[in-house]
Amino acid sequence: MALPPPDPQFVLRGTSAAIHTLHFSCGSQEPAVPVLFSGSENGFIHVWNLKTHRVDTALDGHGRKSVYCVETMGGKDQLLSQGRDQRICLWDLAEGRTAVMDSVCTENVGFCRCSLLKVAQGRWLMAMAAKALEEVQVLELPSKTSVCTLKPEVGAKLGMPMCLKLWQPNCGSQPLLLAGYEDGSVVLWNLSMGKALSQLVCHQEPVMSLDFDSEKAKGISGSSEKVLSIWSLNEQQSLQVYKTHKLVNAGISDITIRPDKKILATAGWDHRIRIFGWKNLKPLAVLDYHTATVHAVSFSDHKIPSERLLAAGSKDHRISIWSIYTQT
Amino acid sequence: VCFIPDGLDCSISFVSHVLGKVCVHGRQKEILSVLVPRLTDLTKSDCIWQRICWRLVECVPDRWMEAVVLGFVQRAPRADVLSRLLGNLVVKNKKAQFVVTQKMLLLQYGHTTAVLQNLLGYLALDSLRRALLIKVLKELLETWGSSSAVKHSPPEQQQYISKAILICLSHLKEPEIESCRQELLTSMMEGVKCHLDSNLPQIRHLGMIVAEGISSKINTDGPVLKFQYEEDDEARELKSLLVQTPPFCVVPSPPDDENDKADAALPGVLESNKKSHPAAPVKPEEESDAELDSDDDLIPYDMSEDKELKTKAPVYIRDCIEVLTGSEDVDKWEATVKALESLVRKNPAATREVSVELAKIVLHLEEKTCIEGFVELRQRAQVAILTTDPIPVAKYLTSQFYSLNYSLRQRVDILDILVLAAQELSYPKSHGKTKHSDAQKPCIQLLPASDSSKDWRRIVDERIKSKTRRFATGQSQVERASGPNEFNSVAGHFFFPLIQHFDRPLMTFDLLGEDHFVLGRLVHALAILMYLAVNTVAVTAMGKALLEFVWALRFHTDSYVRQGLLSCISSVLLSVPAERLLEDVTEELLETQSWLGDVVEKDPDGDCKRLALQNLLLMENLKKKLKTIPS
Repeated sequence: MALPPPDPQFVLRGTSAAIHTLHFSCGSQEPAVPVLFSGSENGFIHVWNLKTHRVDTALDGHGRKSVYCVETMGGKDQLLSQGRDQRICLWDLAEGRTAVMDSVCTENVGFCRCSLLKVAQGRWLMAMAAKALEEVQVLELPSKTSVCTLKPEVGAKLGMPMCLKLWQPNCGSQPLLLAGYEDGSVVLWNLSMGKALSQLVCHQEPVMSLDFDSEKAKGISGSSEKVLSIWSLNEQQSLQVYKTHKLVNAGISDITIRPDKKILATAGWDHRIRIFGWKNLKPLAVLDYHTATVHAVSFSDHKIPSERLLAAGSKDHRISIWSIYTQT
Repeated sequence: VCFIPDGLDCSISFVSHVLGKVCVHGRQKEILSVLVPRLTDLTKSDCIWQRICWRLVECVPDRWMEAVVLGFVQRAPRADVLSRLLGNLVVKNKKAQFVVTQKMLLLQYGHTTAVLQNLLGYLALDSLRRALLIKVLKELLETWGSSSAVKHSPPEQQQYISKAILICLSHLKEPEIESCRQELLTSMMEGVKCHLDSNLPQIRHLGMIVAEGISSKINTDGPVLKFQYEEDDEARELKSLLVQTPPFCVVPSPPDDENDKADAALPGVLESNKKSHPAAPVKPEEESDAELDSDDDLIPYDMSEDKELKTKAPVYIRDCIEVLTGSEDVDKWEATVKALESLVRKNPAATREVSVELAKIVLHLEEKTCIEGFVELRQRAQVAILTTDPIPVAKYLTSQFYSLNYSLRQRVDILDILVLAAQELSYPKSHGKTKHSDAQKPCIQLLPASDSSKDWRRIVDERIKSKTRRFATGQSQVERASGPNEFNSVAGHFFFPLIQHFDRPLMTFDLLGEDHFVLGRLVHALAILMYLAVNTVAVTAMGKALLEFVWALRFHTDSYVRQGLLSCISSVLLSVPAERLLEDVTEELLETQSWLGDVVEKDPDGDCKRLALQNLLLMENLKKKLKTIPS
């Protein structure tokens, strides 16, 4: 007899707006406090103290426009946030400061979350949707120089890029970009040449979110339909569909694979968070707490496995924190 | 009575005379109760006694023949006994033939089913008499199929004839059916038509059952006629008449059938077991192919609650309108239909803004997906809309009742909604949710209708209560809280438009012609509206108009319509205050009274007669009441 699904360990309230993005920063040693960053629809970024479960700081940098992406750049003192005011802001949060150090004007009115990849100490690559409809631009941070612009070929009709993932096959080799587009296809781009290496049509509807496991060269994408698509990358760098999984209700907003690559979580439009085993996509749990669409899920980066957490942010203004499958 | 059989020639005519005379004087029971059993025994195996018996009845003079034959047919226990007793009397004697084939079947209808079985079985038993059986069947079918007979004869007679037809059919053999197949078919078609045309459900059922019986007999191979109706006791009894059980048959087949069925069931079970086994081994193999990995350490949680998300119903009335008129999303449409009534009741102000439009949409609402209780949901939503904003919606609905291109179902729906809404409006509001009973036939009860008492009455009562010393309190009755009668202001709007255009035929709708079904429902609806209008201001005007309406239609041929007209009169007598009746409505009352007397005497329908009698009694009571009140 299977156990009923667990309840959230705790719930963070106080944003008074829908939450669109979450990011943990718990890797630092004691006495540093584990922290969760959340971006809301009212333009605020809240820094949650995971010990007291209260907001430590609220950052207002996007002119009250919705913040839909937050990422840390090496520790919790440097934050990157992306908002609907067409800006990507870089924050300096060390020693209690709340200042915007720098900002990039994207001139893009879409919802595509940018993707960060650390390539060297103090240097990052950031891929973001560019001004033109189908283009993706890759910048180097913090210099803000453009590395390349990825344009699909004429007549490809991919639509807007919906989600991006930068990754490196092994350390030091050339970074690659996986992009999910509005027409349901996932494209693998080579950044140095600026060319598409492979394209795979995974869904009939726009790809809402994707995540990639570079060790196994396997990725997963979710869409507004009822199907999850798992695809793999073979030696020739071409994408193939590996498996599909049918869901009970349509619509996935976010997918994330846990850093230990054991499980993954999906955020659904049907208010539910689903946990799957990554190896075989075995359904493990359905967490039904929220009362509106879940917009974001994120796993924490705790060093000690038993402390690992899963956070889910929803349109109902709550962030639920779960402790699930922490024994493995 | 003792006879000497062997060799002696005796004359029995004297005995016949005696028998006849006794029977005709009404003493059939006494003499035949002795005679028939004795003769039954005697004639069981003895041919001579049989011949004596036949002689006995043949010699009865014609003027007494009817009584004797009737007595015999009624007293004989079985058809073969009757055959032994009467022999071929019906063939030889004209009077006996008339009695058996005409009088007992077509002119009388009080005999029991057993008597019918005996009579028709008797006709079937001898080859000489079988010709009569077929003749009888044809005549019965002619009566059954004649539309005037269906309209004007009492339902009991129609049931009797139907039984007789079914029994005749059960006796017919193949060659006989072959010879008259065409006639059977023709009469069945005609008969079914006039039976289904009737407003009384009992007549319709009779028609359907008999038609099914005929069809099953004439189409032994190929598709048979099958109607949909409620299987009540009467239907079962009639259907059982179609099959004749021979008196001495043993019941052999069921045990064999059961064994066969059990045998058939077992192999089925074995097969299915076998099938499941091959399936099972395949699965473990598949699983063992998969790698053993650490994923197996992760135990899934219980995911049985993970079901499809239900669509929410809209929360605003205008959203409902949008969904019902345009939306392709069937889940949303379903949720809207289910939630509509409660939404309308919770948002009266919002509903009043769009009431007529909403009423129009719901009136034309067709079932898009299969929802349980769709008709009831639609009706309740319409009643809710009508009670929230009575005047404009009533205006709309009554105008649509007389418009072109509506189906009968929609027109009858309009009547039902008006009646239910009137009922709700005229009941005291604090009652909470009143039960909406489907008021098709209003029962005439002498109940006091809802009071709209004013505050002053309550204050005076309390003052009196406080000032009087009570020696004993009787049983205290819970007094119903009262409020203003909401039906008062709108009764006229419900009633008068309905009564206005009944004699104006339209292209697709002719109340006085073919659509007498709707006319019947209209009349009943008017009776209920009249009844509910008690204590309203417009009641006298309504009563006057209704009596004139009744007068115009009083000779209608449909008995359902006449019953409705009589209920209208009852409602008028109950609702309109007696003083107003005498002062303003006198001529109409007198005319109605004379018509009621006519109905009591001459109407073929028993229900009509009963209703007319009740009305006359009501009038008498009214007169008495007025005489006792000192003026």
